[in-house]
This record gives sequence, C-alpha cells and structure tokens, in this order.
Amino acid sequence: MLKILYFAWLRERIGTPSEQIESESETVGALIEELASRDERYALAFSDLGSIRVAVDQELADFDAPISDASEIAFFPPMTGG
Amino acid sequence: MAVCIQTEPFSVGQEIKRLTGNRRDIGAVVSFVGVVRDSGKDPLESMVIEHYPGMAEVAIAKIVDEVHRRWNVSDCLVVHRHGNLKPGEEIMMVVTASAHRADAFAAADFMMDYLKTRAPFWKKELRSGGAKWVSSNRADEAASRRWEAETA
Repeated sequence: MLKILYFAWLRERIGTPSEQIESESETVGALIEELASRDERYALAFSDLGSIRVAVDQELADFDAPISDASEIAFFPPMTGG
Repeated sequence: MAVCIQTEPFSVGQEIKRLTGNRRDIGAVVSFVGVVRDSGKDPLESMVIEHYPGMAEVAIAKIVDEVHRRWNVSDCLVVHRHGNLKPGEEIMMVVTASAHRADAFAAADFMMDYLKTRAPFWKKELRSGGAKWVSSNRADEAASRRWEAETA
C-alpha cells in the first residue's frame, strides 16, 4: 500500500488530505498519470505539472524518481513558508 | 539545534536566551522574524499556514545541517507557526549564533532562503473577497539558487 498525501490547493482540488492506494507505478510521473486518469478532479489537479512539487518518503524528488520502494508520496504546490 | 513547529506564539527574547543562556563562546546572535503582512486593497482577515508534519521537521533539520557545514555557527534555532494567524502576528523566526557576526548573518540569510523554497509550508490568505493560496515567489527561488553557486 502506498500512502498519498496532498497539501494546499492540491488537497482542496482533490478533496482529501490523504489516501491509501495499491499502485504498480514505478516512478512519480507514472503515478501522476495513473491518478490523473481516475476522474476530472484528479485530471484538473494534475493538469499543470509546473506548479506541482513532490516528496518521496518526505524528501523532495523529481518526477522521474523511482517509487517502487516508497511508502509515502506527497504532492503539493511550491512552498511558501517563512 | 532546535526546530519547533507550533501553533502557539513565541517570544523572540526567550528563544534567544535559550540559545545563548549557558554558553560563553557566542559573540554574535542574528535573529529574523517573519510577520503576517497585509498588503492590497481588500483587507487581510487572516493567514492560514499549512504544513507537512514530519517532512517539515526533516527538511529544516537538513537546512540546519547545511548551515553547520558552510559556516562556523555555534547553534541555531527555527520556530515556525502553523494555523490561523492575524495581520501583525509573528509567523516564524530564525536565530543563528556564532563567535563573530559574519557567520551568524550569512547563516541566517541562507536559512531563510532555503526555508522559503525547501520547507513544506503553504500560506493561504483569507480576505473578505475570498481565499487565495499565496503563490511562490520567483525572487525567493532565485535567492535560494544563488547559494548553490557558492562553495562556502
């Protein structure tokens, strides 16, 4: 099982802060495609990849990062703390 | 090194004392405090800070590690609040302490640049006209990148 987390406007657009899924996707990019193909909400949330950042097991990662051994993937917009 | 992520307000004076209290090797303390600012015509009612629990602590700890690699810093501290904050309230603070001021200034500057772009926090502005997520700032990204070229 893979835990997926969403933050900020991604959380709002998708409508949930987290979910557990079974996925065969091997990279972040493949996972995004899998999620975006689910329904319109997901497709819209992932429509502009330039405004999405990802963390694999709480570490910032690229879209081509492998996720086969990952347990937690988080999607969020560019950070605006400080 | 201390990293505190909390909803409660903090006291800059107390936090600095906590850092310097029992030491005699610190000659310089630099602090930065971020405050909720109201700009724009439609008055800001409040600012909601969201964060990624777990990763936020890890990300800040990594930044602190990098600070110690680059500068001769005795200690540093980060406090970042989350939740609902009003204009004028303090959002976060960074404190760096060192023997001499150059290291403390540079380390604080670096920490702020990296925190802005690498620590998982997001701001949402609530105004009478509606709510809006703050978009990331290109200047912050550029400020963060300038350290990558340096080999301090």
